[in-house]
Amino acid sequence: MSGGLRVVIAEDGVIVREGVAGMLRKFGHEVVAAVGDADELRVAVAEHKPDVVVTDVRMPPGFSDEGLQAAIALRAEDPELPVLVLSQYVEQTYASELLDSGPGAGVGYLLKERIGEVTDFVEALVAVAGGRTVVDPEVVRQLLNRRRDPLNRLTAREREVLGLMAEGRSNTGIARGLRVSEAAVAKHINSLLTKLDLPPDSDDHRRVRAVLAYLRG
Amino acid sequence: MPVRNALEALTLRPTEFLRSAWPWRSLVYLSGGALLGFATVLGVVALILVGALLSIVAIGLACYVATILSGVVVARMERRRMRLVDLDELPDPHRPVTRPGVRGWLAVRLREQATWRELGYATLLASLLCWMDSLVVGAVFYEVLTTFGAPFYMVDEPMSARLALAAAGVPLTLILAWPVTAWAGARAAMARAILAPRAHDADERLIEVTRSRARLVDAFELERRRIERDLHDGAQQRMVAMNIQLGMARLELPAGSPAEKYLVEAQTLAKQALTEIRELIRGVHPKVLTDRGLAAAAGEVASITPLPVDLQFSLPGRLPAALEITAYFVIVEALANVTKHSGATSASVSGTVDQGRLILEIRDDGRGGAKPAGGSGLVGLADRAAVLDGTVAVASPAGGPTVLRVEIPVPPADRSPPAARTGRPAETRA
Repeated sequence: MSGGLRVVIAEDGVIVREGVAGMLRKFGHEVVAAVGDADELRVAVAEHKPDVVVTDVRMPPGFSDEGLQAAIALRAEDPELPVLVLSQYVEQTYASELLDSGPGAGVGYLLKERIGEVTDFVEALVAVAGGRTVVDPEVVRQLLNRRRDPLNRLTAREREVLGLMAEGRSNTGIARGLRVSEAAVAKHINSLLTKLDLPPDSDDHRRVRAVLAYLRG
Repeated sequence: MPVRNALEALTLRPTEFLRSAWPWRSLVYLSGGALLGFATVLGVVALILVGALLSIVAIGLACYVATILSGVVVARMERRRMRLVDLDELPDPHRPVTRPGVRGWLAVRLREQATWRELGYATLLASLLCWMDSLVVGAVFYEVLTTFGAPFYMVDEPMSARLALAAAGVPLTLILAWPVTAWAGARAAMARAILAPRAHDADERLIEVTRSRARLVDAFELERRRIERDLHDGAQQRMVAMNIQLGMARLELPAGSPAEKYLVEAQTLAKQALTEIRELIRGVHPKVLTDRGLAAAAGEVASITPLPVDLQFSLPGRLPAALEITAYFVIVEALANVTKHSGATSASVSGTVDQGRLILEIRDDGRGGAKPAGGSGLVGLADRAAVLDGTVAVASPAGGPTVLRVEIPVPPADRSPPAARTGRPAETRA
């Protein structure tokens, strides 16, 4: 899908902001506003009603987490607004707060270094705009790291599948990532959901959220 | 036994005593005392008068303050003078002033007990001691003049009587050496008793040291934030942008182009650099700690610890920054120790504030036998806590479990901490 999304970008570093904007235009999306702080972001969203917001976590004036707070506030006003948060930090605290905002659909939390994987990044943006949830593999790895006992009952393959699920990938995406058939992926998923006492769900997205909720404890 | 002061000199054999410099020193000391006392009286009276005349303006107030501080000047002179009759130096009880300018000096001096004791001494000197001194010195001069001067001024007496009186002056003068020295010694002992540094002057100094250590922690903290900002705004931004450019360049290449290999390699390097910068920043200044406080930051530490860590925090909102950062690094080091040395399969961290103290407990189910000595990291941990007057206790019997208990007093918040905005309760499990 590339019907050309209308995007608002908020990022205080000019070179990164322009880099992302140029990249999205190249993929046929429209950058309706590129702003440098949280207040401008709110104004731009009110004015342009974009399909998706891309925002940095830390921004002026306080350089703490204004971007994230703005994203959460925007989703409180409009739970349907898709937001992709870019962060320099793996910190799951931020990812968790974002996932808790709105109905937990149409959100993404990616590390900035992921932008360099251009095709994947644009795909992730489109997925978020389409109401899916995307979480950076690095954050997922941290979540898996917490090694709760039930996780030890999973096979190595199942853990891999669980990780990819948590990142927000579809069955097709997981199958492609692991180079196995979709049928094999479905089998792994059923098996691990059973082991973790999670409800089997045919809807990709609800399942992702169940897995994330589980991992976040 | 060598004689150290005027009072001890009185115990010498008379011949030795009279040959020694002590009587002379005592005389000079007492003369100086009389002069110093009268100068103080004059100075203070002048200051008070000027102050009273100008009391509507700041100069008046300044004169009153100067009056109060005259004790400092008098005491300084007294400490110098005392070397005449007492070889043991009298140490300065005042704390060094670190802040520049008159105001800084005043702020420190007016808050010191020693300043007020010195004012008391100056008062005693002006009202009593200097008169006694002048009385003693006057008596000596009177005796010397009347006896040895007899041949010159008793013109209506026979010369034999005059010479007899002058001759009597010799033993009289010699005898006077004792009361003069005794009074000088007693008076110096009195001055010493009033002016000597007290234990609580040292306490004040300790408090000052503690304060300055806390200030140091704050300074480090600010510096860490600055480094973190610079890394984030500089190197990190450029690496991210470079990574984007490399990614875009890869898109432009036809598949299987020989250049692709190099671009992929360059992107890998850029990502490694970004990861390194991220880890560096985490070590320098954990972002979540600033934004969300101790409980959240401990959660992050727990999530990158390779064993399950149970967290139980119930804190009354945000703590002062210096305390948060210290507690954070204590937890980081403690969990690193658990991972490295204990062979534990799980650990727990709890944090509460009780009676003005932050209490951290880090437990693990490892093999125990943790020793504070050696490279166990416990020493570094105790050092961190000690900076804020904290204590570290370890219970680690062989066979485990190991419990590390860190208590740090919660200093009064000098900066308003950022409002704790949290979407999650402080109780987290990892």
